[in-house]
Amino acid sequence: MKSHLLSTADLTKSDALRVLDTAAELRSLADRPIKKLPTLRGRTVVNLFFEDSTRTRISFEAAAKRLSADVINFSAKGSSVSKGESLKDTALTLEAMGADAVVIRHGSSGAPHRLASSGWVRSSVINAGDGTHEHPTQALLDAFTMRRHLGDLDGRRVAIVGDVLHSRVARSNALLLSTLGAEVTLVAPPTLLPVGVSSWPVATSYDLDSALEKTDVVMMLRVQRERMNAAFFPSAREYSRRYGLDDRRFARLPDHAIVMHPGPMNRGMEIAANVADSHRSVIVEQVTNGVAVRMAVLYLLLSGADTTEHAAGEPTA
Amino acid sequence: MSTRVVLDRSDISRALTRIAHEILERNKGPGDVLVLGIPTRGVPLATRVAATMTSVEGVEVPAGALDITMYRDDLRLQPARALARTEIPPRGVDDAVVVLVDDVLFSGRTIRAALDALNDVGRPRAVQLAVLVDRGHRQLPIRADFVGKNLPTALTETVQVRLQEYDGVDSVAISAAGDES
Repeated sequence: MKSHLLSTADLTKSDALRVLDTAAELRSLADRPIKKLPTLRGRTVVNLFFEDSTRTRISFEAAAKRLSADVINFSAKGSSVSKGESLKDTALTLEAMGADAVVIRHGSSGAPHRLASSGWVRSSVINAGDGTHEHPTQALLDAFTMRRHLGDLDGRRVAIVGDVLHSRVARSNALLLSTLGAEVTLVAPPTLLPVGVSSWPVATSYDLDSALEKTDVVMMLRVQRERMNAAFFPSAREYSRRYGLDDRRFARLPDHAIVMHPGPMNRGMEIAANVADSHRSVIVEQVTNGVAVRMAVLYLLLSGADTTEHAAGEPTA
Repeated sequence: MSTRVVLDRSDISRALTRIAHEILERNKGPGDVLVLGIPTRGVPLATRVAATMTSVEGVEVPAGALDITMYRDDLRLQPARALARTEIPPRGVDDAVVVLVDDVLFSGRTIRAALDALNDVGRPRAVQLAVLVDRGHRQLPIRADFVGKNLPTALTETVQVRLQEYDGVDSVAISAAGDES
């Protein structure tokens, strides 16, 4: 695996499967009395969050702590960033503190890439969501959750519904799931599909009803009101009627199909409360799986040397 | 360079049968005994030993697997390794006599890691170690309770254990360094 995780586009099929298989073994840790491994003892993981987040930050923090790493949480509010410190100076500070991994969430697309390629820090950079670009660990945990319920993803049909334009989750998922062999359909009003979506490895549709009956997974996206600076649809009510997953649409799904949502949900908007709480909704499980997947990512990025020279003559048995 | 087969299929089978009997003798029967194999090749060995004990005593002896990857002391020196499955029998390890099973005992570092891993799963009453081959060159104060065969080796030699479950054949061979076959 690479030394950074910036985009799911960087992952080959074998890289992605390696993360998912590792996560599957680490998932069993959640059922043990002692949920801790000594693997990253003495390593430092910095959570660098320039944007608000609950589950992603907590999930990364839990993952790092379960691997015995030291965790430093940094949020832009209440730090020198609010005094105008630049990303570069923040990064140099972290480097001076000896961070081994930086988990970064930033409102600007490309900020993690800048951090990784600038030479400001030597640590591994993990993208925890950048602007409207990517959120690779969310896509990995979604793929992990799908695998647990459906087995191999090759040939499975996944519908990603809603605000694709502003969704980093949709982009990361579309890229990762097609790498894993799934057929992805993006369902959204024309105003909420990004420019250039035709170059993505996915199908698109404006009609949720026609996509429902043959789908194995329905992933509902949050309507991101904070990024809505133009009239993308006439009214919330109309959006909900055409693209919301309500009881009627839920009933038309195949029996084995699962319902996902990356959270936080707008209940009654893109997803009905009954549907979110139903037995086929795996939304809460997604959170549990997130910890295992992030442990796998941290383990694969941080443990181990870059070279294989050492492996030869050393007794291991 | 030369490769020498030191144990063939029937040798391995006899060694494992003897180990099964020794475990039963030492522990005065199969009560509370739990056999855990260390991946990769310790796992089928553990299953075989437990099966023999089960058929001798007529009481089910549980077998499982204990992955030690995350507890290794050389994680920082080597590329990240794939994890193997840990399967603890439903009985759990608390107050059990855990017999760890591995194919080759060499530096002792794997067993040290296994003891750490076991510590996080529970608190056994006792831990014993069974290995198919003890090739010497210990780097830690660890010894096996049950040994299939003591095999004096040079540090430059490699010991290769092949098992039906993974390699389609049962054999133990010694070859000089750099010779993979």
